[in-house]
Amino acid sequence: MSNTLFDKVWDAHVVRKIEGGPDVLFIDRHLIHEVTSPVAFLGLKNRGIKVMEPQRTFATADHNTPTINQHLPVKDPLSANQLKALEENSAEHGIIHWGLGHENNGIVHVVGPENGITLPGATIVCGDSHTSTHGAFGAIAFGIGTSEVEMVLSTQCIMQPKPKKMRINIEGKLNKAVTPKDVALYIISQLSTSGATGYFVEYAGNVFEEMSMEGRMTVCNLSIEMGARGGMIAPDQKTFDYIEGRKFTPKGSDWDKAMEYWKTLKTDEGATFDQEYTFNAADIEPMITYGTNPGMGIGISQSIPKADAIKGGKATYEKSLNYMGYDEGDSMIGKTIDFVFVGSCTNGRIEDFRAFASIVKGRKKADHVTAWLVPGSHKVEAQIKEEGILDILTDSGFQLREPGCSACLAMNDDKVPAGKYAVSTSNRNFEGRQGPGSRTLLASPLVAAAAAVTGKVTDPRELMAS
Amino acid sequence: MAYDKFNILQTSAYPLPIENVDTDQIIPARFLKATERKGFGDNLFRDWRYNADDTPKMDFPLNDSKYSGKILVGGRNFGSGSSREHAAWAVYDFGFRCVISSFFADIFKNNCLNVGVLPVQVSEEFLQEIFEAIYDNPKTEIKVDLPNQTVTLMSTGKSESFEINSYKKENMLNGFDDIDYLQNIKGEIQEFVKSRPF
Ligand code: SF4
Repeated sequence: MSNTLFDKVWDAHVVRKIEGGPDVLFIDRHLIHEVTSPVAFLGLKNRGIKVMEPQRTFATADHNTPTINQHLPVKDPLSANQLKALEENSAEHGIIHWGLGHENNGIVHVVGPENGITLPGATIVCGDSHTSTHGAFGAIAFGIGTSEVEMVLSTQCIMQPKPKKMRINIEGKLNKAVTPKDVALYIISQLSTSGATGYFVEYAGNVFEEMSMEGRMTVCNLSIEMGARGGMIAPDQKTFDYIEGRKFTPKGSDWDKAMEYWKTLKTDEGATFDQEYTFNAADIEPMITYGTNPGMGIGISQSIPKADAIKGGKATYEKSLNYMGYDEGDSMIGKTIDFVFVGSCTNGRIEDFRAFASIVKGRKKADHVTAWLVPGSHKVEAQIKEEGILDILTDSGFQLREPGCSACLAMNDDKVPAGKYAVSTSNRNFEGRQGPGSRTLLASPLVAAAAAVTGKVTDPRELMAS
Repeated sequence: MAYDKFNILQTSAYPLPIENVDTDQIIPARFLKATERKGFGDNLFRDWRYNADDTPKMDFPLNDSKYSGKILVGGRNFGSGSSREHAAWAVYDFGFRCVISSFFADIFKNNCLNVGVLPVQVSEEFLQEIFEAIYDNPKTEIKVDLPNQTVTLMSTGKSESFEINSYKKENMLNGFDDIDYLQNIKGEIQEFVKSRPF
């Protein structure tokens, strides 16, 4: 029988099927952080149970951590309290914990792959919706709520109805300055923020095959923004090369055995999907969002669509433009911006900083722009320094901060002030996401770099050598 | 955490006819710092409900005294965005037991079912009728009948059936949660673990 990649991985993890109900799904890897786990541990305590498989659980502090002076005590008492709870709960249950300052610390979806926690064919969950990132390795990975965190802690299982299957194919050659982020924003703009609700997506086609692992992570990361449960890409030699030799990757004969299995992880010829889309790589240009959800994105040289051309609620559309302070028909090029944020589990990896540096090199940060450059982990931070990228950034008037989620969700002090515009490489442009009243333009690191040096929305192609 | 059983709910409702309401609006990230599940209702829709100086925005439905009840009626694609269960807690904590919309985001729907809030999906047409009925008469009542899986607009008698899988339905009717179920099959799970290659 022909099976999809998704079916193969899902079916291998079903402990029990419930008639008229969800599947009981076994979870190989559980990532936890300080914000969505404390109440789950409290639940365990109230029920008097212990974590069933602590060696499958990994804790890192990232969501509300400061990105400067991490060696000092955390000032906000509520944040400090959550960090302490994570540390204590991890210690009590024998869970590996990478707190502030630890060499393996960083954003949960960056440190998972870096440390070989993320493996092909695995099921991975975390109380953060961008867990879909790990699908880049051919894993089934998705975000869960706190009750579900408690389920996995206590029984290493979760109850889930099996999602429907969607495949998104992109073939052809990507245009200049089009990055994986642009590919993802393009797909979301075509499907809308609910276009893949109820589905698990497989990305296929030469564009994804040729993409680096970092790029694949960016694409899978954003699956959730079109409503999908998650997204995945079949593992290949690039995947195996990436994970080989990492801290928690199987070694020796375990590796050989695993490799044998991993090589079977692809969609069979003739397998069917509930929904399939095909796009042409040549149609994609560098993208930017103009509204208050990630589906409101356009090619950077286009203008904001007229309300009449929008499917769905006109009132909601107008409310959104009103919040952004934009008018229908406006061109995005030339719009003044105040902040630039490079980071998050979407674009906080080494490739993203390389891309950013390639444009700012030999130029200066615009005076009125505040830039927050936040590596996704200490490993990324170290690499930025080793590769000489830090020198380029410093020469151009930028500073590098310490790792964490930072302005992606603005739970720490990295908040964009009300009314200000931020070009952000993160994943959400919801009202107030980056601070109450903040206005977010989602884009790639290249577009962010062009904005950082010009102080306005600028086509990065203009600043690149031809 | 167990919750109150859900059987038949008949109350008036609050209207929120906005599409794509995301969980960052339902509960902004800065209110996620608690280590206990308490007091989230106060910050439900915080930035839509209150001005920067913490005075209430009187035109927001949740602040409008003509509305009441345990049902929230929201626009299409309700609960998109972040997986924070705090959003469902806030909805529950404010006093809602049911959210009606023409479409729900996946994780939010799951989270609701896990904490005792019933997500009821109706047709877009019926949703608009419900909004109109509430605007005509804010005291108009809606009956949500879980055993029969129907939702009825009492003023017109118009009714629609809604979907819920039989397992989740049983849980809601009894106030059980998934952990109770999983605990009971722990032996089976422990057997299964042995077959995992990594
Ligand atoms: S960077 Fe943003 S999306 Fe990623 S884990 Fe942190 S808060 Fe979640």
